[in-house]
Amino acid sequence: MTSITLDHIAHSYMGKPKDDSGYQLKPLNHVWEHGLAYALLGPSGCGKTTLLNVISGLVIPSEGRLLFGERDVTRLPTEQRNIAQVFQFPVIYDTMTVAENLAFPLKNRRQPRLVIEKRVAEIADMLDLTADLNRRARGLTADAKQKISLGRGLVRSDVSAVLFDEPLTVIDPALKWELRSKLKRVHRALDLLMIYVTHDQIEALTFADKVVVMNDGRAVQIGTPAELFYQPEHTFVGYFIGSPGMNFLPAEVRGARAHVAGFEMALGATYADMPKGRNIQVGVRPEFVAGTRGAGLPAQVRRVSDLGRKRLAYVSLAGHPLVATLPHDMESVGETLNIAIDAANTHVYLDDVRVAGRAP
Amino acid sequence: MRNDALPRILFAAYVLVLMLPIYWLIKMSLQSNADIMSGLTLFPRHPSLEKYAAIFNDPTWVHGFGVSLSYVAINTAISVAVALPAAYAFNRYSFLGDKHLFFWLLTNLMAPAAVFAMPFFQLYYAVGLFDTIWAVALAHCLFNVPLAVWILEGFVGGVPREIDETAAIDGYSFPRFFVKIFLPLIANGIGVTAFFCFMFSWVEQLLATTLTSSHALPFAAVMTRAYSVAGMDWSLLAAAGVLTMIPGAVVIWFVRNHIAKGFALGRV
Amino acid sequence: MTAKPINNRAWFFVLPVLGFVLFSSIVPTMTVVNYSVQDTMGANNFFWNGDQWFRDLLNPTTAIGQRFNDALFRTLAFSLTCLVIEIPLGIAIALCAPRKGWAVGPSLVVVALPMLIPWNVVGTIWQIFTREDIGLYGAALNGLGLHYNVTQDAISAWTTIVVMDVWHWTPLVILLSYAGLRAIPDAYYQAARIDGASRWAVFLNIELPKLQKVLVIAVLLRFMQTFMIYTEPFVVTGGGPGSATTFLSIDLDKIALGQVDLGNAAAMSLVYYLITLTVCYVFFTIMTQLERRRDV
Repeated sequence: MTSITLDHIAHSYMGKPKDDSGYQLKPLNHVWEHGLAYALLGPSGCGKTTLLNVISGLVIPSEGRLLFGERDVTRLPTEQRNIAQVFQFPVIYDTMTVAENLAFPLKNRRQPRLVIEKRVAEIADMLDLTADLNRRARGLTADAKQKISLGRGLVRSDVSAVLFDEPLTVIDPALKWELRSKLKRVHRALDLLMIYVTHDQIEALTFADKVVVMNDGRAVQIGTPAELFYQPEHTFVGYFIGSPGMNFLPAEVRGARAHVAGFEMALGATYADMPKGRNIQVGVRPEFVAGTRGAGLPAQVRRVSDLGRKRLAYVSLAGHPLVATLPHDMESVGETLNIAIDAANTHVYLDDVRVAGRAP
Repeated sequence: MRNDALPRILFAAYVLVLMLPIYWLIKMSLQSNADIMSGLTLFPRHPSLEKYAAIFNDPTWVHGFGVSLSYVAINTAISVAVALPAAYAFNRYSFLGDKHLFFWLLTNLMAPAAVFAMPFFQLYYAVGLFDTIWAVALAHCLFNVPLAVWILEGFVGGVPREIDETAAIDGYSFPRFFVKIFLPLIANGIGVTAFFCFMFSWVEQLLATTLTSSHALPFAAVMTRAYSVAGMDWSLLAAAGVLTMIPGAVVIWFVRNHIAKGFALGRV
Repeated sequence: MTAKPINNRAWFFVLPVLGFVLFSSIVPTMTVVNYSVQDTMGANNFFWNGDQWFRDLLNPTTAIGQRFNDALFRTLAFSLTCLVIEIPLGIAIALCAPRKGWAVGPSLVVVALPMLIPWNVVGTIWQIFTREDIGLYGAALNGLGLHYNVTQDAISAWTTIVVMDVWHWTPLVILLSYAGLRAIPDAYYQAARIDGASRWAVFLNIELPKLQKVLVIAVLLRFMQTFMIYTEPFVVTGGGPGSATTFLSIDLDKIALGQVDLGNAAAMSLVYYLITLTVCYVFFTIMTQLERRRDV
């Protein structure tokens, strides 16, 4: 029943760096609440695995404290931290059966045989492994093996957090969905804190209650999938989340209007004056840029992309590239298209960070 | 963290004991014969490199060294080159008689040289290759080629078949795929195999001396001759012995990273 | 695990290997087989002897049969002794060897050194090393009060050859085991720590199973080599004292070249070859069956 606290955790391989760029993991304060499922999302090299390793104990952070509940575990070895970990590829004991694999952590802790049997049966049932309990673990498919890896973590009732390091990497695409649903069900059933590292936003957004988006060693935004979608705090989040990502236009913002080279658009809030010469952008997701038969800004259509469930138009508005969504009833598109931008879902970014406005 | 001291102590102890005979040889190579025979000492009294100089200045020794290096190099190159396609075939395909062929290849490693020495002598004499480095290089193929196939097959097994399939889909012709994609993936294995071929050819002396006489006398044969002719010139022999260790040490230094990277000869 | 595609054109891949190996093995093999079924009155006069050589050989009551039997048992005992020492020792040292840092390269070179020495030089080294007047080993053992004499005492001779073989060839086991260990991803060790496994449990459940393939090669190679050992004991003891260290290869040589008794020698080498073949075949089959059963 513990939460995990990161108290000013930072990591650098070379002592105390002079500035931010020397950090693999830039200083971070965060509380991982007990019982929630978190995703650590970001591109390769963003530091998410380093952060996971700090929590698991593989890496001792050069700065800061790590607390499990009230306990300072910063320097405690992995085996004393009551965590479970699932790796990128299945890690099982080849020579043992599935049941023996699941029983192994409990045997090492000298639990009574009946307790072990009962617990193994419970976990196997939860993970649909009961039929295979007496088969050699080595002969099973990759997804079954990952379930065994997970099961070994779950058998121990003192586990406070389960850490996943891109666990679906070697799983067949057809089975990924099944395994993900299974993980969600396990999470709800056992009420554990789960931290899931991935570079795949679909995985992150479907699995997690809250997502930590990371880039370049920094936690850029922490929020629910909805928050990340509707209110990206950083241009990186706007760009990384959503398929395709957010549209960005360089603009000048005055009051409740944005002046983009070639046209003007309304904003959903009023903004204070911004200093000159800085990088000011307006961001709006393709989902809120709609092709319309009615009034709108005139744009040249470059190409149309049919994704089945939605159709996208790649347009050029006064020379700026934009991605717009086409309504279902718009069968064909000519060379020009009127687009309507939803002001309420348009955000303003100053030096890549979102600026909050007042209600108009 | 685990206690690292015990493994390190054990390892150091093993290395120390291991090096004793080698140290003894080095020590003797630096002593004069009189010094050696006069009594047991742990250190050479007046260390001198004169025996090494004698070897370097003697064309028979130098020629012998060159001969040995030559046939070993040729044999290693042939063994690895010939074994590569075979290893690929054994691992990737199923064909008529494949298991039996593989096992038959392994049985050639069991051929006792003592038995084959005489027939080899007659064979190579008959084809006119007697007393050439080619004779030894080819003769060593008897055991080095099967060994190379055995080891390389394991490494080929470590590369997922999906890569072959992907390359085929991407339009690679087989030779291009093999050279540009596959070989770099088993570079580790090639290094390791070359090392073992080098080693087993370099150390094998019975066939090497049987199949040569005056023109292509290997280094160790020069040693054996010096042995009987000069009587007990221990320090000369010791110096020669020390020199025989150097090529092997150099080769393993070159492939140390391949070994340290590890191989399991299959999927882990 | 999908089955391999059947492709008989793969024979083309294998032809070069076949060529090189056949060239060196067919003619000598045929020669040996030829000799083993013929007898000679000297001066190249051969006449058919059928399986007489073989019958005499395998009959322990004949002189040659007795001799063969003795040499066979001697060699098997030697092989077994060496294997029992070298395999566990090799694995143990591989577990202790450094895995990172500057010491890795030099350690590999030093450990491999005994293996890289030509076999006659190995014999020479030990010949000197075991002498009580100029050799450290001989002097030390005698200094400790043990009556050590490699040329006159059978036990001294035996133990010396075993020690020499262990010194010479354990590096092979070490190198193969070390490489096998390094191929194990770190995640397995981490998982084992999380599971609370003891060091011994890690060895039994993770390291040993994953070393299986390299160990098969190590065991087979070592068995073949010890069974056929020739140069090293020949240089150090000459097969003596008496016939204490006359292993099969040496005995064969004595008969073939010493006594010029080609028929017997040839028959011996064939039987000898068949024994090695059988042992290796059995071992090989057992290991591949075990592996196949694991995957079911």
